Amino acid sequence: MIELLQEYWKAFLYTDGAEITGLAMTLWLLTASIFIGFLGAIPLAIARVSDRAYVRWPVQFYTYLFRGTPLYIQLLICYTGIYSIAAVRSQPLLDEFFRDAMSCTILAFALNTCAYTTEIFAGAIRNIPYGELEAAKAYGLTGWRLNAFVVVPSALRRALPYYSNEVILMLHSTSVAFTATVPDILKVARDANSETFLTFQSFGIGALIYLVLSFALVGLFRLAERRWLSFLGPAH
Amino acid sequence: MDKCGFDEHRSLKLLALNLITISRDFQMMSLRKLFVLATLPFCISLAQAKEYKEIRFGVDANYAPFESKAPDGNLVGFDIDLGNAICAELKAKCKWVESDFDGLIPGLRANKFDGVLSSMTVTPVREKAVDFTNELFSGPTSYVYKKGSGLSADVNSLKGKRVGFFQGSIQEGYAKAVLKKAGVKVQSYQNQSQVYYDLVSGRLDASIQDTLQAKAGFLSSPQGADYEMSEQVESELLPSKTAIAVVKGNDELKAQLNSAIKAIHENGTYAKLQTKYFGDLNLYSGK
Amino acid sequence: MIDNFFEAVGLPGLSMQGFGPLLLKGTWMTIKLSLLSLAVSVILGLIGASAKLSSSAIAWLPAQIYTTLIRGVPDLVLMLLIFYSLQTWLTSLTQYLDWNYIEIDPFAAGVITLGFIYGAYFTETFRGAMLSVPKGQREAAVAYGLSRSQRFFLITFPQMMRFALPGIGNNWLVLLKATALVSIIGLADLVKAAQDAGKSTFQLFYFLVLAALVYLFITTLSNFVLRRLARKYSAGSREALQ
Repeated sequence: MIELLQEYWKAFLYTDGAEITGLAMTLWLLTASIFIGFLGAIPLAIARVSDRAYVRWPVQFYTYLFRGTPLYIQLLICYTGIYSIAAVRSQPLLDEFFRDAMSCTILAFALNTCAYTTEIFAGAIRNIPYGELEAAKAYGLTGWRLNAFVVVPSALRRALPYYSNEVILMLHSTSVAFTATVPDILKVARDANSETFLTFQSFGIGALIYLVLSFALVGLFRLAERRWLSFLGPAH
Repeated sequence: MDKCGFDEHRSLKLLALNLITISRDFQMMSLRKLFVLATLPFCISLAQAKEYKEIRFGVDANYAPFESKAPDGNLVGFDIDLGNAICAELKAKCKWVESDFDGLIPGLRANKFDGVLSSMTVTPVREKAVDFTNELFSGPTSYVYKKGSGLSADVNSLKGKRVGFFQGSIQEGYAKAVLKKAGVKVQSYQNQSQVYYDLVSGRLDASIQDTLQAKAGFLSSPQGADYEMSEQVESELLPSKTAIAVVKGNDELKAQLNSAIKAIHENGTYAKLQTKYFGDLNLYSGK
Repeated sequence: MIDNFFEAVGLPGLSMQGFGPLLLKGTWMTIKLSLLSLAVSVILGLIGASAKLSSSAIAWLPAQIYTTLIRGVPDLVLMLLIFYSLQTWLTSLTQYLDWNYIEIDPFAAGVITLGFIYGAYFTETFRGAMLSVPKGQREAAVAYGLSRSQRFFLITFPQMMRFALPGIGNNWLVLLKATALVSIIGLADLVKAAQDAGKSTFQLFYFLVLAALVYLFITTLSNFVLRRLARKYSAGSREALQ
């Protein structure tokens, strides 16, 4: 156990000598996919609640597709599937993008979290008290101004508890990245296991790191809720 | 049949029966019950002396032609046929349990199967964890890369290139110890088919694996037409002897398997299977 | 059979090249695994929720540790941990008690693992649902002299189901998608079948998309069933105005 820790602590935390691995890699995957997903979800959520069907249906189809299939299959399709199509390999830009394991993985994760986040934000937009929208319209705010100054801030605040759940679930989902040869925490744990055959210890250390990360995230979101949701009353 | 004439199932039933009768009438301990009670410890410990009616072999079926999955879901391959022949010699039934390669030794130690027959090379690291039978066959290691790529088994030609291998194999040990230090970008994969897949798609410049497996499992297939093999890689980190792994201390199964291996050599089954899969090649080094 | 259909329709490229039976077997394995794990996790969830809501610390503390640990660690890591360790622990246990060796086959191990993990999520769902049942109901049941189990099965449980249904539906969908991960621990489910088929024919994209479509189909079916169930259990209550 001690040798296991001595040999692998660095790999578990940030590097194995050649590239970023372990905790640092997991955090990088998480932040990159959450960031892209978040930015993409805001306009998509507004489209999702639109009155116009031709705006709503493409988004609805996208979320239906990505929420109805497992993330693992989406990752496999991005990593092994798309690259096997000859048309992709012949185009230099696409070829460069899909050849790199990291970009494939972040693409798959970002698309997945964007779909879930879009639905969360759409639900939050639908739950805005109608009085807020009436007041904004009475002030003459319409179109993009209405969305930017009233709808989005209000919806984001209300979505915070559900979004925190989604971020933590995304953290858990990044553990499949090792199947696309991205060296995250679980990959280091598997390497340790295949070298030392100490299954419980290797995976146990990985589980511990994830546990600490989850707690840290929960704490962060609780602070955020205290700051941004306190206007809703003492229960929040 | 062991010494006291009970077999395993009956000894277990007897234990249960005894527990019930003892609890029911503790006062009325008859002589018969005392006798059964007294002989119980003997029965249980002797019942452990096993006659293997069914041998469970752990296998990672992603390594054609040694072990792979046919479209109908059945396992086929040289190792599979060898294992079935060995079981036939021992008059036991063969049960194949699939698992990931790096789950084979943990699985063996957890008693998920009795032996590992999956082209597992005998290495000092593995010998610390499990026991090995006598040699099944020998296979050297070499690289596979695209024809005309200018690469060779010389480590200097691979500097800066991406080389892939199968996680948990001896090639991984070599890659980590030698190639990585020499500036080669190494990448481990969950199974051998994934290595070839990325080689064909261009993510890898070369792959390092067992020579015979590459020849029969990849180069002979239509996808492997543009690829060639390097000369064999010589290194003490790449032994070539393959054998069946059993739990440390299970000398009984080891002895039975060794005798079966010897038998299939003597009665010609080994030679027949060898010709079926590898033609004129001789895999058995006899060491 | 399906291949003949595709060829007859003039789309030979869509045929499954003989891997149809393997894919069907994989799909059946996935469905079996999900349903059985659902059963195990619902039972564990009910026990856990009762424990968490009980007044005794002996019941509450293990349940709290259980849910906190399981929900803080990724499914895959837990699966790898439990799957490989389960047999080892059972073996040491049976050796310690001097019993005969009990074997757990990979499928059973997968069901136990998934059931154990999602039991924690269901604990939270059922806890929230039980808290939503008005307290007056429990008090009235006590006033009528109903025993503990009568109280649970006749009063609490039916009313709780209405609140629990969205959570159950959500957890069921997550569980279904988590069964895609069992291919990593070696079980021959749909994803593994698709990968095997794709790798042998070098048409990985096609078979993976096929697997994704099967999951999509199962998800859509589940959503349909859940909507019907929600309507049935909401009988007699009014939804808040949108």
